[in-house]
Amino acid sequence: MTMIQAITHTLAQAMERDPDVLVFGEDVGPNGGVFRATDGLHAQFGEDRVFDTPLNENLIVGAAIGMAAYGMRPVPEIQFMDYIWPAYDQLVNEAAKMRYRSGGEYTCPMTVRTPYGGGIRGGHYHSQSGETPFAHTPGLVVVAPSTAHDAKGLLHASIENDDPVVFMEPKALYRAAKGDVSEGYYKEELGKAAVRQEGTDVTIVSYGSTMPMSLKAAAAAGEQDVGVEVIDLRTIYPWDKETVLKSVKKTGRLVVVNEAPLTAGFASEISATVAEEAIEYMEAPIKRVTGYDTPFPYTLEGLYMPNPNKVMQAIEEVINF
Amino acid sequence: MTRPLTLLESRKKDLGLDLSEEDLRRLYTTMVRTRKMDDKLVLLQRQGRIGFYLACTGQEATHVGAAFALEQDDWVFAHYRDQGIPLLKGIEMERMVHQCFGNVRDNTKGRQMPVHYSFKEINFVSISSPLAVQIIQAAGTAYAMKVKGRKDVVLTSFGDGSSSEGDFHSGMNFAAVRKAPCIFLLENNQYAISVPLDHQTASDGFAVKAEGYGMPGVQVDGNDVLAMYQAVKEAVDRARRGEGPTLIEAVSFRMAAHSTSDDPSRYVPEEEYAEWKAKDPILRFEKYLLKQGVIDEDFIQSTAKAAEGEVDAAVKAAEAEQWHPEADTLFDDVYAELPPHLLEQRERMRRDVEENGMPGGHH
Ligand SMILES: Cc1ncc(C[n+]2csc(CCOP(=O)(O)OP(=O)(O)O)c2C)c(N)n1
Repeated sequence: MTMIQAITHTLAQAMERDPDVLVFGEDVGPNGGVFRATDGLHAQFGEDRVFDTPLNENLIVGAAIGMAAYGMRPVPEIQFMDYIWPAYDQLVNEAAKMRYRSGGEYTCPMTVRTPYGGGIRGGHYHSQSGETPFAHTPGLVVVAPSTAHDAKGLLHASIENDDPVVFMEPKALYRAAKGDVSEGYYKEELGKAAVRQEGTDVTIVSYGSTMPMSLKAAAAAGEQDVGVEVIDLRTIYPWDKETVLKSVKKTGRLVVVNEAPLTAGFASEISATVAEEAIEYMEAPIKRVTGYDTPFPYTLEGLYMPNPNKVMQAIEEVINF
Repeated sequence: MTRPLTLLESRKKDLGLDLSEEDLRRLYTTMVRTRKMDDKLVLLQRQGRIGFYLACTGQEATHVGAAFALEQDDWVFAHYRDQGIPLLKGIEMERMVHQCFGNVRDNTKGRQMPVHYSFKEINFVSISSPLAVQIIQAAGTAYAMKVKGRKDVVLTSFGDGSSSEGDFHSGMNFAAVRKAPCIFLLENNQYAISVPLDHQTASDGFAVKAEGYGMPGVQVDGNDVLAMYQAVKEAVDRARRGEGPTLIEAVSFRMAAHSTSDDPSRYVPEEEYAEWKAKDPILRFEKYLLKQGVIDEDFIQSTAKAAEGEVDAAVKAAEAEQWHPEADTLFDDVYAELPPHLLEQRERMRRDVEENGMPGGHH
């Protein structure tokens, strides 16, 4: 299965398992979504449970909050993460704080699915990685799968999670990430990273769209006898610090890879935590491989984005320090 | 402008309402309790005993009348100027006063400024400070009710200023498109803090806006509790029949300051205030009830006295409690369960409290 197929399959499975799961957004109904993530759901589950909303992202998220407060498990789609900002207030001020501000009386179990990231020649309005502000918002959970298997397990876990989740789908991997996905129901635990490859010399931490390039660079380094441990965060926030710290204490070197701009990106948070809690184990400065602090470009997207070479270069720098 | 729906000064003896004398007295009593609670809490803020307050003085009829048209299973996404609703629906005043103190007995654990109530047992959803956000959420809840096949409805209220937010458009449009059982109560109190209506909209009142969304819009005399009840009851019945949402514009006036941080004498002309004071919704209803023989002078006196006693006792109880929720609650309810980083931060907080004690009260 490809990642997009895994997502469609999971949505259908979740809707079969729980009549309170609702899917809605722009073009997600009969058309099945611009990326086909909701293909066939409208025919299978009907207009009440799978529908096109008015074209209004703020509405999509705000209405989902009301449904969730009532006990449903809405799974709205924001067509591109670049268009999530009209709903920023509802996500950050409302969804994230519903449980807290009501003293636990009301909750917001919703999963906002949204494709993110570059590599599709989409210019800045179809390419940005918007995780940082959400990963700065207590009350939200931010998830980004990098494999078809995880897309399913994490999506089930998100839908069943009793707090709001921003579920970021790396659109460049929708069809590129392929793998075995078992038909049966399963979940992958939120907040737990996966060690994709073990190694003793360098740790790479990444998530979502930049995982394949991280693994590619790690393989190339392996050919030069550099053992790279590759960690896939899977849940960006709250993140699995324990797994990361354990790894860097072993390797003493850290490269963090994310697609979003450098300054105050999530790579910075990971770097700061390692500096704060494991500096005595470090044998080299921490390196961040990220997008530049420019808007995401159109023609020059290849120049802007992290790639295996840039990751490889960072590995060399921390090894040769 | 069309004349807003009014009933109180009608010459008809029988208004055709399905209200008993006891219902009428309950409406009256709730409005008086709301007024007395507001008066006292404003005073407490002036004395520095609570941090902030927001009175609904002059608008009691609007929301009390509206909420009386609801059943116990209906949901409310309220504005922050609707304290009569929890009182009407049976929440003890003392619990509301605990919230205003943010003390250890505040059911929302001192998480929000005064008046931002949440009462799950009456389906009164946690009030938010960001304006108009609740309008969309209410539409979402109403849609969920419809999908679930329930006959319940949602009432959401908001100010005239809030209707300029995009969320008003979003919620109205969605509810109308999906025929969700939602009643939108626009409390037109003439000002958004200091900004008058003509800076908010160029339309002739707000009720007409409903037409653009394909739903009925009704303009009601918001200082007439019976007219409010009747208009909202009709909207509720419509919604229950599956005929979709209604916009109700309640025309009223904020006789209090916007909040305890505001001085309306800077922007409300004296004549305007005097004109509305003469239309005080409690006095108007009182006059009507006296005329109908539903209450007498004794009832008026004893109701006022009981309400004063009730709020005094509530304040006394609230002040006797520990002024703060337990320190650990700072970390509760961020998520269903405490994730590792919050467990760690809670440990750090505990050490801080151990070493430095609890920081002093904030009032
Ligand atoms: C989104 C947002 N913007 C600004 C404010 C600050 N603010 C609080 S109340 C208020 C006026 C609200 O007026 P209205 O909606 O008419 O309600 P009223 O207070 O008159 O009942 C403003 C500007 C806010 N709370 N939320």
